[in-house]
Amino acid sequence: MYASPKFLPAGDTALVIEFGDTVDRHLSALVLALAERLEATGLPGVIEQVPTFRSLMVHFEPLVLDAAVLEKTLSDLVADLLAAERTGAIASSGKTFRLPACYDPALAPDLDTVAARTGLTPEGVVECHSAEIYHVYMLGYLPGFPYMGDVPDALKVPKLDSPRVKVPVGGIALAGALTAVYPVESPGGWNLIGRSPVAIWDLRRDPPALFAPGDKVRFEPVSLDTYHALARRAAEGPLVLAPEPAREGDGA
Amino acid sequence: MKNVSETAPALAVIAPGPRTTLQDLGRAGWQRLGIPVSGALDPVALAAANLLVGNPPETGALEISFLGPTLRVEAESVRIAYAGGAASLELLSSSSSDPGAPARRLPPLASVRLVRGQTIRIGGLTGSTVGYLAVEGGFAVTPFLGSASTLPRAALGGFSGRPIAAGDCLALAAADAPERTELTLRHLDLAAPERCRVMLGPQADHFTPEGIETFLSTPWVVSPATDRMGMRLEGPAIAHRGTVDIVTDGIAPGTVQVPGSGLPIVLLADRQTTGGYAKIATVVSADLPGLGRLAPGATVRFERVDRATAVAARRALIATIDGLKERLVEAAPADLAARLSSVNLIGGFLDMCAGPEES
Repeated sequence: MYASPKFLPAGDTALVIEFGDTVDRHLSALVLALAERLEATGLPGVIEQVPTFRSLMVHFEPLVLDAAVLEKTLSDLVADLLAAERTGAIASSGKTFRLPACYDPALAPDLDTVAARTGLTPEGVVECHSAEIYHVYMLGYLPGFPYMGDVPDALKVPKLDSPRVKVPVGGIALAGALTAVYPVESPGGWNLIGRSPVAIWDLRRDPPALFAPGDKVRFEPVSLDTYHALARRAAEGPLVLAPEPAREGDGA
Repeated sequence: MKNVSETAPALAVIAPGPRTTLQDLGRAGWQRLGIPVSGALDPVALAAANLLVGNPPETGALEISFLGPTLRVEAESVRIAYAGGAASLELLSSSSSDPGAPARRLPPLASVRLVRGQTIRIGGLTGSTVGYLAVEGGFAVTPFLGSASTLPRAALGGFSGRPIAAGDCLALAAADAPERTELTLRHLDLAAPERCRVMLGPQADHFTPEGIETFLSTPWVVSPATDRMGMRLEGPAIAHRGTVDIVTDGIAPGTVQVPGSGLPIVLLADRQTTGGYAKIATVVSADLPGLGRLAPGATVRFERVDRATAVAARRALIATIDGLKERLVEAAPADLAARLSSVNLIGGFLDMCAGPEES
């Protein structure tokens, strides 16, 4: 984390406020809390905000909002935020989901490789991956693609040497400290260790992305039979996956 | 066979063109969910085409790249206008009249009323690689997250989330277009520029001074691998300072990212919302429409400006778009072109007579 956040110009219609240069839960909490606070000001001229691992991009209309005014507003909000943090944790407003995940070898082409690289058994990989509550740092790369962490150290593996041309919808993947679910079929270089029958991206849903930055996700292992049954239901209509009721201690 | 008059008003696609998609000004507001903004590459030309047919300037229209489509009117009547790269606009003979009649040339930057059975063919584009065909009342599509823009990569928006294809029927919101005096626009420069202004950053410090000099001094050549997502440029490699990859962060319109190859990619309308390559500079918003007009093989240079200059340029661009409506003038009598055509004058004269050069 930087001693004080950096403001970086991104053309005349976007400004970046950067808290650090690492993937870090604390930085993410600051970014998400700042986004909420800026939203709450209703500052005219702010078009939209894109939170990422360690920075917040604010898209704005410069003919309505002067960049210097935006920067001053953000500076003041950061000062308030850091003061609030010194007296207690920053509240997180994310939802918590339990996502059905099938780790059957039929749907997990890289499970054995990951096991070999980590020294765990395939069952150990599944146990380790599904025990964690993951934080949705941000969405990007593809519509609805969630960058989630943190993967336990024991399960950290590098990206594939050569990306797959096609990763199926719902593919659950690992790379370094991050895990993700593929929202649509696409090329991908992460290690595929399972598949979810729930469409995390569904054009019939509004908004189509199931997760938002700041949400929490836990993978719920299901059998291949259950996977197929759920996938059949999903094909007929959107599978409703309600968030878990809010609990104490879910802060970022 | 079904009586065509019973079907919904539409333009039937005879030939689609290589990349014809419905675009408006895009769907801002959803980038935090990874959903790209999309929208017209050249919003000035989009506004011009719409205003000519009496639409609000941001109405969704067909964005044409390289080569236009051939479309047949399946409605009582429809008013259309084309603005963008110079292209031949031919009205092919109505199916109900003499099939051997010569094609009639239509003027660009002017509204025209077509009737059922008439077919319009738009040729290859020059001067700008994009153009817009607007229809009075707009196309009848359900907006997705507030926009009609098509994003084929995610199969969303527009007509079935994809470029138009032969056999498609592009539904029209209006069943007919009442007769009125047609409108035209003069002196509208929609040519591709030779330079684009940039503000350095957000990650200019990830490049050596020589790297930044390379970026600002090179006449870059637009690569054929350019699409609506990004414009790839060919030239000397830009030198990074330290690592090429950064922790993924946000992407602005016109962001110039430089991957390991050292060759810059300018991110356009269908850009991804976030990315992990260092970004040397950002094209100022006022120069994005011009950027969208550059064809593969064209040369472009980047010129560094400060924020005040960029904002002044944006103000001027918006004033230009807002001022288009006042610049609409009544076109020559609608039958002039037809009469000239009937005495079999050469097409070149018609182009001169009806084109923007006439005044």
